[in-house]
Amino acid sequence: MSWLSNALSSSIGRKIIMSITGLFLCSFLVIHLIGNLQLFKNDGGVAFNIYSHFMGTNPVIRTIEFVLLAGFVFHIYEAIALTGRNKAARGPQGYKVDNIGQNSPWQSRNMGLLGTIILIFLLVHLYNFFYRARFGDLDPDINSNDDLYTLVASSFKQWWYVLLYVLAQVALAYHLIHGFKSAFQTLGLTHRKYTPFITYFGYAFSIIVCAGFAAMPLYFFFLK
Amino acid sequence: MKLDAKIPEGPLAEKWEKHKFNVKLVNPANKRKYDVIVVGTGLAGASAAASLAELGYNVKAFSFHDSPRRAHSIAAQGGINAAKNYQNDGDSVFRLFYDTIKGGDYRAREANVYRLAQVSVNIIDQCVAQGVPFAREYGGLLANRSFGGAQVSRTFYARGQTGQQLLLGAYSALMRQIAYGKVKMYNRTEMLDLVVVDGQARGIITRNLITGEIQQHAAHAVVLATGGYGNVFYLSTNAKYSNATAAWRAHKKGALFANPCFTQIHPTCIPVSGDYQSKLTLMSESLRNDGRVWVPKTVEMAERLRKGEIRVSDIKEEDRDYFLERKYPAFGNLVPRDVASRNAKMMCDEGRGVGASGLAVFLDFSEIIQRIGVEGVSQKYGNLFAMYEKITDENPYEMPMRIYPAVHYTMGGLWVDYNLQTNVPGLYATGECNFSDHGANRLGASALMQGLADGYFVIPYTIGDYLANTPPKPVTTEHPAFQEAEAQVRERLQRFMGINGTRTPDEFHKALGHIMWEYCGMARNAEGLQHAKQAIQQLRKEFWSDLKVTGLNEELNQTLEKAGRVADFLELGELMVDDAYNRNESCGGHFREEYQTPEGEALRDDENYAYVAAWQYQGDNVPEVLHKEELTFENVKLTQRSYK
Amino acid sequence: MAGSNPNAKPMDLTLKVWRQRNRTADGQLVDYQVKNISPDMSFLEMLDVLNEDLLHKGEDPVAFDHDCREGICGSCNLYINGRAHGPEPGTTTCQLHMRKFKDGDTIVVEPWRAAAFPVNRDLSVDRSAFDRIIQAGGYVSVNTGGVPDANEIPVPKSIADRAFDAATCIGCGACVASCKNASAMLFVSAKVSQLALLPQGQVERKTRVENMVAQMDKEGFGACTNIGSCAAECPVGISLENIAILNREFLAAKATSNNLA
Ligand SMILES: Cc1cc2nc3c(=O)[nH]c(=O)nc-3n(C[C@H](O)[C@H](O)[C@H](O)COP(=O)(O)OP(=O)(O)OC[C@H]3O[C@@H](n4cnc5c(N)ncnc54)[C@H](O)[C@@H]3O)c2cc1C
Ligand code: HEM
Ligand code: SF4
Ligand code: FES
Repeated sequence: MSWLSNALSSSIGRKIIMSITGLFLCSFLVIHLIGNLQLFKNDGGVAFNIYSHFMGTNPVIRTIEFVLLAGFVFHIYEAIALTGRNKAARGPQGYKVDNIGQNSPWQSRNMGLLGTIILIFLLVHLYNFFYRARFGDLDPDINSNDDLYTLVASSFKQWWYVLLYVLAQVALAYHLIHGFKSAFQTLGLTHRKYTPFITYFGYAFSIIVCAGFAAMPLYFFFLK
Repeated sequence: MKLDAKIPEGPLAEKWEKHKFNVKLVNPANKRKYDVIVVGTGLAGASAAASLAELGYNVKAFSFHDSPRRAHSIAAQGGINAAKNYQNDGDSVFRLFYDTIKGGDYRAREANVYRLAQVSVNIIDQCVAQGVPFAREYGGLLANRSFGGAQVSRTFYARGQTGQQLLLGAYSALMRQIAYGKVKMYNRTEMLDLVVVDGQARGIITRNLITGEIQQHAAHAVVLATGGYGNVFYLSTNAKYSNATAAWRAHKKGALFANPCFTQIHPTCIPVSGDYQSKLTLMSESLRNDGRVWVPKTVEMAERLRKGEIRVSDIKEEDRDYFLERKYPAFGNLVPRDVASRNAKMMCDEGRGVGASGLAVFLDFSEIIQRIGVEGVSQKYGNLFAMYEKITDENPYEMPMRIYPAVHYTMGGLWVDYNLQTNVPGLYATGECNFSDHGANRLGASALMQGLADGYFVIPYTIGDYLANTPPKPVTTEHPAFQEAEAQVRERLQRFMGINGTRTPDEFHKALGHIMWEYCGMARNAEGLQHAKQAIQQLRKEFWSDLKVTGLNEELNQTLEKAGRVADFLELGELMVDDAYNRNESCGGHFREEYQTPEGEALRDDENYAYVAAWQYQGDNVPEVLHKEELTFENVKLTQRSYK
Repeated sequence: MAGSNPNAKPMDLTLKVWRQRNRTADGQLVDYQVKNISPDMSFLEMLDVLNEDLLHKGEDPVAFDHDCREGICGSCNLYINGRAHGPEPGTTTCQLHMRKFKDGDTIVVEPWRAAAFPVNRDLSVDRSAFDRIIQAGGYVSVNTGGVPDANEIPVPKSIADRAFDAATCIGCGACVASCKNASAMLFVSAKVSQLALLPQGQVERKTRVENMVAQMDKEGFGACTNIGSCAAECPVGISLENIAILNREFLAAKATSNNLA
């Protein structure tokens, strides 16, 4: 299987892993967002807690969780590997004056930075909700499901927490504005007829998904 | 010395086939025992190096460029001729042969030119197989355009970048052989001398342009494909680095230099804009397919235009003199280059030139733009128009281009026989470096054809004939001739470094260029040539006493490189003047004012000058000796060229 | 009317030029003044003026690569004011004219920067890595002679045109120089897609892309992250579409070729 590891550790191979994991994470975002829409239901969190209970106990979901974890791990690992290689490729002496900003969009050059913001957010997010939901000691709600809803609602009353969330979603949006179409380019899925559509779709996707996520903390902070 | 062109016996059309059968072959197992040096990896050199390696020879290839893909051939724009007759318009091998001989004003060898026309068809096949993206028709087959000096459409092209695509084809073939280990490529390595052992070419001395290291290289045969010497004039359409050093060094080691005064002045170049000008840019001849050349009818009008009192658009149709269409109704704007250039000069001499300097004529596209629209024109010539606009800041879709003739190509070069071998056994010359196929004037799209013909289809056969007669014993650099040549090279470099005068190589080069353009350019006369000879000698003296070069030999030193090239130009320039002085006739690109028809056309003297002038070096500051190779024409009738 | 704008006045400029004696020496930006520069000069002609000045003063002229000065040989390669080939889109350094600058401007001139393009001296860099990538497979393996008649290989015009667009790459390296990752993907993709599009390129289609990409990686170029600086700075407009084609070709080749290495 050395051909496979050789292929995947080549510059294009690594990019292909980035793009497949990236698109996979995008699909996760969609599921995650749709599920979390339960938060907006005005039922004191009953539906949301049913949903989160299901997610926390269903064996299929539990298995997919590992795939998701792998997705993140590979995505992040390849990101680090590629960034290292790309830094080295410039050589020991960089430019004294570089106006690269005049020929390319900002987010395309700062995927690592955006990714790091997302990662920091992710760790906080996982610790606060995922870890405590799974391993913590949440009180039961009326259906004797763990009452994650209350935790969410109280967390989103803290201004710094809301700020972190919103910032992270902005970062994610920029990450995806470049990343979504970039993934198709990486996979060679381009065509004169369809690429413009992919580009627009990616743009809309990034904004809608991230706005959706950002709406939750804002909703709790301002309207609840 | 008796010059033997070694032209095979038999009818013209059968000579090459017969010759290919008669040449000795090297047995396949023995080929790897032969080393061949190829200097130059432009079209002629890259194609030769790749083809020889494919046959099994060990090739060492040299180029002063950082990659073979940068060779001057890359700049060729318009196209490459081939007698395919894909257009069904009456083309044939014989017609291409005939056009080329006539275009060359009957100063080329019939047998060589016929062979060129024959193999032209194979070149196109070869290039297409390599993946060269020639222009195509909607049906998927190859497209053609027409070029000057021909009434059929036989020019294959790749937009305005034909040379680039052909060179990249040859380059890729060469790269493949490098990967196989059959060619060892020396980039950024300049040949500074030829090594002759017992009368045979056996190697070269080179300088590594990055480190300054001087090296000796031995081989069973040496092929020079080092391009032309148009840069003698300083300003030309040639790339800045194009130079004559390799050929000139070989000349000083015994190789004859043929027809040095035959230089081609290309009619459609962007005019000089100031004295800082470093090179001139060609606007492809293909533009004359659709562009119409004109000047104002009267001197007064031209003057007012030059002063900016009126604009081009103020000149009415009937006040425009489309002088080529008027004088040459049959060929119109598509007369050969020498004729078009000379006529432009005549117009400017009359005072009807345009542009601030008055040294330009118009090339007008308004008619074709009306006919097929801006979009259509841009499809055909987009890159040329863009280049023109970048340089001049004028939009040729809106106002006519201003063009003026400029030095473009050198028909002269190392004398070679039918086998492309010089008079020094084992030394071959191909491409623009030799003198072989274009007589006194080259037709457009024929240089690419010749370079590739030589490299792909001629040299691989003819060099075998020589090698088969050479024992397959290893050659080494042990012979004292190598040490001697290296010592000379080192001494010369030291000399440049040691003069420590006040003038730069570029200043000398410009001064030489001025002399050459003034007295040995588009029009020449005996008096001017004599003056030029003295001026060049004087300049050469000053060069050797007042040159300034800084830095060291042991590093990348572009001033030192230039100094060596200019030193050689200063000698070659004088030989060109001698040759022009000797040739008391006008033919093709060589126009002696004393010899013209009443209408101002070139007046040949076939009685006395139907020969190749091959010059032999005799020593520094000693006049060279002229050898004549008489040209015999059995298949075409010598006539006054007419394009009327 | 010679040249362009009759009213354009000569300019005085400050140059900051990278000077470095050889591959291993340290380098730095050095300030120079050039005076009386005509707007109709090309950028390289302006450097010629500087070099003549330096030579007269007994200093070493600035080494830089150039040859055709027509935008086709790909020799010239200057990073001007932080942009590959300077500020003009679709233009090589040699075709950049001084009318794009103003009197009194300061212009910073640096060499291409990439680990795979070591500096020879001053502004001249070694781009032989590109040749080695082509050697790895950027060709159709046909020997001289014995090929079919040219018109026996018809190519639809639209395909021929696209192949031509890719084939116009001049190998200048601006794509590498301007890329944040010093990636050579645009250059490599231009050759790969030219030959992948044409019927002549089909036989070696898979090995070609596998080997060229392997060599590209070996030379130490970075990986493409689809930023697009390369295509924005490419003087001949090689499009990013070629990189997608390269990725596709690579994926297909790796998935289906018989090569187990
Ligand atoms: C602007 C322009 C447009 C043209 N357009 C056309 C056209 O449309 N059609 C056409 O048929 N012809 C055209 N020509 C002419 C044609 O391009 C050239 O005649 C032809 O390409 C010359 O090829 P070559 O291989 O002989 O030499 P070149 O391509 O000049 O190659 C010379 C090689 O020799 C090497 N070299 C030279 N000296 C040394 C040395 N001392 N040591 C080591 N290496 C050395 C160089 O590095 C280079 O590799 C054009 C010419 C110009 C200037
Ligand atoms: C939900 C989370 C994430 C999603 C949906 C996502 C999605 C994507 C997508 C689609 C791409 C484009 C791939 C391509 O160009 O082929 C991408 C690229 C990238 N991602 Fe992420 N990503 C996420 C999290 C992260 C994290 C946590 C990091 C870093 C630590 C990261 C770092 C990067 C980097 C550096 C790139 C650019 C690499 C390249 O374009 O080659 N991403 N991401
Ligand atoms: S792709 Fe463009 S920028 Fe890159 S080497 Fe080719 S021509 Fe230069
Ligand atoms: S010098 Fe040839 S492209 Fe600029």
